[in-house]
Amino acid sequence: MNVMQPIDRIRGGVHENERHESGHKHVTGTAEYIDDIPEPSGTLHAYLGLSQRAHAQILSIDFDAVTSAPGVIGVLTAADIPGENDVSPAHKHDDPVFATGKVEFHGQPIFAVIAETRDAARRAAARVKIEYRDLPHVTDVLEAAAANYPLVIDPLKLERGDIAAGFAKAKNILEGEMRIGGQDHFYLEGHISFAIPGEDDEITLYSSTQHPSETQHMVGQVLGVASNAVTINVRRMGGAFGGKETQANLFAAVAALAAKKYHCAVKIRPDRDDDMTATGKRHDFHVGYKVGFDDDGRIEAVDAIFSARCGFSADLSGPVTDRALFHADNCYFYPHVRLRSRPLKTNTVSNTAFRGFGGPQGMVGGERMIEDVAYALGKDPLDIRKLNFYGGEGRNLTPYHQTVEDNIIGRIIEELETSCDYAARRAEVLAFNRKSQIIKRGIALTPVKFGISFTKTEYNQAGALVHVYADGSIHLNHGGTEMGQGLYTKVAQVVADEFQVDLNRIKVTATTTGKVPNTSATAASSGSDLNGMAAANAAQQIKARLVAFAAERWGVSEKDVAFEPNTIRIGAERIAFSDFIRIAYGSRIQLSAAGFYKTPKIHWNRSEGRGRPFFYYAYGASCSEVSVDTLTGEYQVDRVDVLHDVGKSLNPALDIGQVEGAFVQGMGWLTTEELWWDAKGRLRTHAPSTYKIPLASDRPRIFNVKLAEWSVNREETIRRSKAVGEPPFMLPISVLEAISMAAASVAAYRIAPRIDAPATPERVLLAIERLRRAAKNG
Amino acid sequence: MTVQIRSSIRFLLNHRLVELSAVSAVQTLLDFLRLDRNLRGTKEGCAEGDCGACTVLVGRLLDGRLKYESVNACIRFVGSLDGCHVVTVDSLASPGGPLHPVQQAMVDTHASQCGFCTPGFVMSLYGLWMENPKPSVTEIEKALQGNLCRCTGYAAIIRAAEAVSVIGDLDRDPLVAERAKIIQKLEALKDGKRVEIGEGSERFLLPASVDDLADIYEAEPNARIVAGSTDVGLWVTKFMRDIAPVVHLSHLDELRRITADETGITFGAGVSYTESFPLISKHFPQLIELWNRIGGQQVRNMGTIGGNIANGSPIGDTPPALIALGASVVLRKGKVQRTVPLESFFIEYGKQDRQPGEFVEAVRIPFVSENARYAVYKITKRLDEDISAVCGAFHLVVDGNGKVSEAVIAYGGMAGTPKRAANAEAALIGAGWTEATIETAMEALGKDYTPLTDWRASADYRLLVAKNLLRRFYLETQGDEPVRLDRKQAV
Repeated sequence: MNVMQPIDRIRGGVHENERHESGHKHVTGTAEYIDDIPEPSGTLHAYLGLSQRAHAQILSIDFDAVTSAPGVIGVLTAADIPGENDVSPAHKHDDPVFATGKVEFHGQPIFAVIAETRDAARRAAARVKIEYRDLPHVTDVLEAAAANYPLVIDPLKLERGDIAAGFAKAKNILEGEMRIGGQDHFYLEGHISFAIPGEDDEITLYSSTQHPSETQHMVGQVLGVASNAVTINVRRMGGAFGGKETQANLFAAVAALAAKKYHCAVKIRPDRDDDMTATGKRHDFHVGYKVGFDDDGRIEAVDAIFSARCGFSADLSGPVTDRALFHADNCYFYPHVRLRSRPLKTNTVSNTAFRGFGGPQGMVGGERMIEDVAYALGKDPLDIRKLNFYGGEGRNLTPYHQTVEDNIIGRIIEELETSCDYAARRAEVLAFNRKSQIIKRGIALTPVKFGISFTKTEYNQAGALVHVYADGSIHLNHGGTEMGQGLYTKVAQVVADEFQVDLNRIKVTATTTGKVPNTSATAASSGSDLNGMAAANAAQQIKARLVAFAAERWGVSEKDVAFEPNTIRIGAERIAFSDFIRIAYGSRIQLSAAGFYKTPKIHWNRSEGRGRPFFYYAYGASCSEVSVDTLTGEYQVDRVDVLHDVGKSLNPALDIGQVEGAFVQGMGWLTTEELWWDAKGRLRTHAPSTYKIPLASDRPRIFNVKLAEWSVNREETIRRSKAVGEPPFMLPISVLEAISMAAASVAAYRIAPRIDAPATPERVLLAIERLRRAAKNG
Repeated sequence: MTVQIRSSIRFLLNHRLVELSAVSAVQTLLDFLRLDRNLRGTKEGCAEGDCGACTVLVGRLLDGRLKYESVNACIRFVGSLDGCHVVTVDSLASPGGPLHPVQQAMVDTHASQCGFCTPGFVMSLYGLWMENPKPSVTEIEKALQGNLCRCTGYAAIIRAAEAVSVIGDLDRDPLVAERAKIIQKLEALKDGKRVEIGEGSERFLLPASVDDLADIYEAEPNARIVAGSTDVGLWVTKFMRDIAPVVHLSHLDELRRITADETGITFGAGVSYTESFPLISKHFPQLIELWNRIGGQQVRNMGTIGGNIANGSPIGDTPPALIALGASVVLRKGKVQRTVPLESFFIEYGKQDRQPGEFVEAVRIPFVSENARYAVYKITKRLDEDISAVCGAFHLVVDGNGKVSEAVIAYGGMAGTPKRAANAEAALIGAGWTEATIETAMEALGKDYTPLTDWRASADYRLLVAKNLLRRFYLETQGDEPVRLDRKQAV
C-alpha cells in the first residue's frame, strides 16, 4: 500500500483561473468543428433553396435546371417528409421545414438540393425557377400593428398596484417611445449539420446545436420516428449566443431527411449570407411608455407596451417577449405598474433567442424612462437611478410579484462610482462640453439586475454521467453544450473538486443525447448552474459508494474517510486515488453514476403574471465615457469601467472573458450593428461586409473589468457561483446613454435626447440636428 | 519573341512543394486547403474576406526579399500562388510538440472562447510578429482589423499579442531562421515562363511579363484581369459567377514597382495598399488614416491601388482621395500607352474609360504643393474595415489675399461614380476663405449630388455629412480646437 504525503491542493479545482479545456486545440486548429470531421466516402451535400419573396403564393416550381445541373443527386421538398413538416419549438405547427403553397419571408427555405459536392448543390439551387404571386408584406413592427397582423403567441401582462391611482398621484407624467433594433448572432461558425444513417430507423447526427434534445425530438418528428432512433452529438460550437437554440433544428432535419432518403452521409452548411438571411435574430422592439414621477424623480407609476418584431412564426417569441417584461424594471421599484407584451407577426425571418433573451430590450426600455425623467428634471440620471432602486420598506416587489431578496446593487454602484471617479469625471465632461464646440463628451453609469432561471420551469433540470474507470481516470459527460463559454472547463473543475483529483484526470466528452437524455437548451446563462450541480451529484453518488466501501473494508467510521488532494484518507492511512479506485473496482463497487439536478424554489403562473420565476439575480454596473463628433455623428468609447457580480466565481479568468465579451457584443448591438430591410422585404445586411460587429479597435480605449470578489450567491448554487453568460450583455447600456448625453449637450441637457438603438453615427447626427432645432425653437 | 509556356503552377505549402496542373480558375485557396489537402485548421467564416477566420500567410518574393503577409484564403485563388510560400496554422506546432509562441500566448491569456476565429487570429498575429516584434496596441489593432471575434471582446487577444514577444524568440522562428533556404526554393520556382492552365473559357493564365500581359489581353479582351481578388473573389464565392478566362497579375514584379521623382509618385497597378503605405505615409500624411481604414490588413496585403481604380466602384476608397490630388491613370493596350486624368476615367456607374484589351498599368499621384491644403475624410458605420457611406476629399489653395484660388473636391458614396463637386468648387473659387463662403459651398453640394438611401446610410445623412465634412475641412484651418475625434491608443 502506497502511503502518500498530503499535498496542499489539487490542480484545476473550483475558483481557479483554469484555461479553456480546448484552448491548445483552438490555437493549433485541431479543435474539431463539424465541418472538420472527416467525411465517409460518398458523403453528399445539401443546400437550401430560399424564397425570393417576402410574402407570396408559390404558383409553380420548375426543378428541371436544378436536377440537370452537374453533380446533382436529387431535390427534397415537403413531399419528401415522412413525418411532420414542422420544427416549431413552441409546438404551434407554424415552422415548416420547407414552405408549401406560400412563403412568408424572404429567405424562407422551400427545398433542398442534394449533390456530390457542396459547391454543386449550391450552384444548382440557384437555378430553380419559381413562379410567385406576391401578397402584401409587412416587415416593420408598427406597420404590422397598423395592418392588424396577428400575434404569433399569447401576450403577457404584468400588473401590480393601481395604475390609475399611481398616475393620478404623480406630479409629472411623461410619455415616450423608442425603437430598439435587433441583432444578428454572427457566430463565427455558421449553422451546420452532418447526418449518418444507421440501421432500421436509426440516425446519428453531428449538429451545431445548443439544444441537442430538442434537435433529437425535431429530427424524430420530421422523420416520423421515435426519439430513441435519433442520436445528436455536439462536441463544440463555434459560437452560438442563442442563435443555435432552435435554429439548428431545420438544418438537422434536412440533413437527416436526405441521409435517410439516399442512404448516405449528408452534410448541410449554408453560406454566411444564407445563414444570416434564413435564420432568426434578436427581436427588434418598439416600446411605448408612460411614466409618472414626483419632483425628485421618484417613480410612481409605469405603463408600457413592448411590441416585438417576431417574424413569421412563434419560435421562442413568447418567452423572449416575456423576459423583456421581466426586465423592464431592471433595478427599480415601480409602485404601480402595468407592462404588456405584443409579440407581432411580420413577414421576416422568425426571431429567436439571443443572449439576454428579450431582457436587454426590456432593460433598455426601462433605462430610457429613467433617462427621460432625469432630463425632464435636469438631474444626473445616476441620481434618478439611485432614488428608484429596489430596497427599503415595501419596495422589494417586482412587477411579477417576486420579492427581490438578494439585492446588492447599492454596494456595486457605490464601489464602481468611487473606483471610476464618476462624480469628478462627470464634472470634467460638463466643463469640456462648455468649451468644445464640435467634439462633445458624455458619461453614464448604469446598473444591471438579471433574473436567472428558465422562465419555463421544466427546463430547469439537468443530467450528467460520470464514470470512474479502473485506472482512476474519469469520464465526464453532461447535457450542457460547449459554445466557447467554458462550460466544459467549469463542470470539469467541479468534478475535480468533488473527487479532489487534478483536473487532467478528467476527460469531458462530447455532449450526446445517447448519454444524458431529456436535456435543456444550454441557454438562459444556466449551463454551469444546472450541469455543474448534476455533475456534482453524480460524483457524490460515486463518492458515497466509495466511502461506504472504504469504511467497511478498512473498518473505520464513514466520517473517517475523506477525499484529499489526489488521495483517499481512510483513518490514518492515505492511498493514492488511482490505487484506491483499483481496489474498489476489484471489490465490485459501481464506479459510474447518472447525476441529476432541478432548481429549487421556482414557480411561475404565466396567466396570472405571478410567481418566482427566478432562483436568484445577478448584478453588475458599468460606467462609460464617450466622445462624439457633432459634425458627423461618429463616436469613440474612451473609457469603460465594469464591476460585475458572478457570485463566488467557478473560474475568474473565464468569467472575466464572458464579461468582456458580453460587453463588446452588447455595445455592438447598441451602436454599429444595424439590420436593414429594403422595400421588398429583403434583409440587405446579411454578411460582415454590410453588418458591422465590433472590431478590436472598437473596444473601449480604457477597459477596466472587475468582478465583485466579495459576492457570494445567497442561494445554494454550484459552489455559490452565479450565472455569467447573459447578465453582462446589458452593461453597455451605459455606452448608449453616454452617447445620448454628448448629444444632449447641444441643447444644454434640457431635452431628452431619445436616440433609438442602434445609435449608428447616422442616428447620432440626426438626433443632434433634431436637438439643435428643438433648442432653437424652444 | 516566343513566350515559353508552363502548364502547371508550383508553390510551397507549409513544408512541401505543390505542383498542380489541373486546377480550376476559380479554385479558392481555402477550399483547396480544406477539401483537397484536408488541412482543416483554416476555417471559413464568411467567404468574403471580412472575418479573417481563413487567414493564412503567403510569402512572396520581390527583388530577392521574401515577405510573409496575412491574406484571406477564402477569396484568394490558388492560381495566383505560383512561386509563393503558403503557411497555414496546421504547420505552426507539430502534434504533441510545443506550441508556437503566438499560440502559447493565446492560450496563456485565455484569448480563445469558441475557438473558431482563433486560427485566423493566430496567423494574423504571427504575420505581425515577423514584421514588428514589439508592436504597440494601435499596431496590434491595425493588424487585427480583418479578424472578427464574437466571443472575447478582443481584450484577451490584445493581451496575447503583447505577450508574444515576451515568451517567444523571433530569431528561432522557422520562417525567420530558414529564410535563406526558403528564398532559394522560391527562386528556383521562377522560370520566367507564362503559365497557362485549363481549356477555353475555363482557363487561367499567369503572364510571363507585362509585355506578355499586354499581348494576352489584346488578343483576349474578354478575359478577366485579377490582381488582389479582394473584389473579384466575391464574384465567385458570393455570386457564383463564371469569371474565366482569368489573367492573374499578382506575380508580376514589374507591376509592383514604385518610382518617385520630384513631382510625384508612380505606383505600378499591382502595388498593394500595404506595399504603397511607406511612401504614401511619407509624402501624403493626410492619407494615412484612409489607408489604414481600407479593408482589414489581409485585404490591404492583397488589394491593389490599380484594382481599386480599374474596378470602378462608386464607393472605392482611393478614387475620391486621388481625384482630389489630380492623379492620373496610365492605360495600356498592346504596346500603346495613354494617360488619362483619374476623374475622367470614371464615366458612369459600371463604365470606365477603358477600351477592350486595355488595362490599368500604373497610377501617378502628384505631390501636394506647399501652399495647398489637402484632407480626406471617410465616414462609415464602424470605424475600421467598413465601406464608405461617404468619403470626401478636399484640395484647396488660398492665395495671399485670403481668396481661394484652386479647389478640387471629390466625394465617394454620393453618386454612381467617384465624382467632383463642381458647384461647390465654383462657390469657393475666387471667394474669401471664410465661414460665409463655406456655408455657400455647403449649400452648393446639394446641387452637386443626389445620393441614394441604402443600408450604409440614408440620402439625408449622406448629404448632411458631406456638407459637414466641408465645414470640418474649413474648421481644421481655423484655430486649435479639435474638430475630429482624437483616436486614442488603447491601454
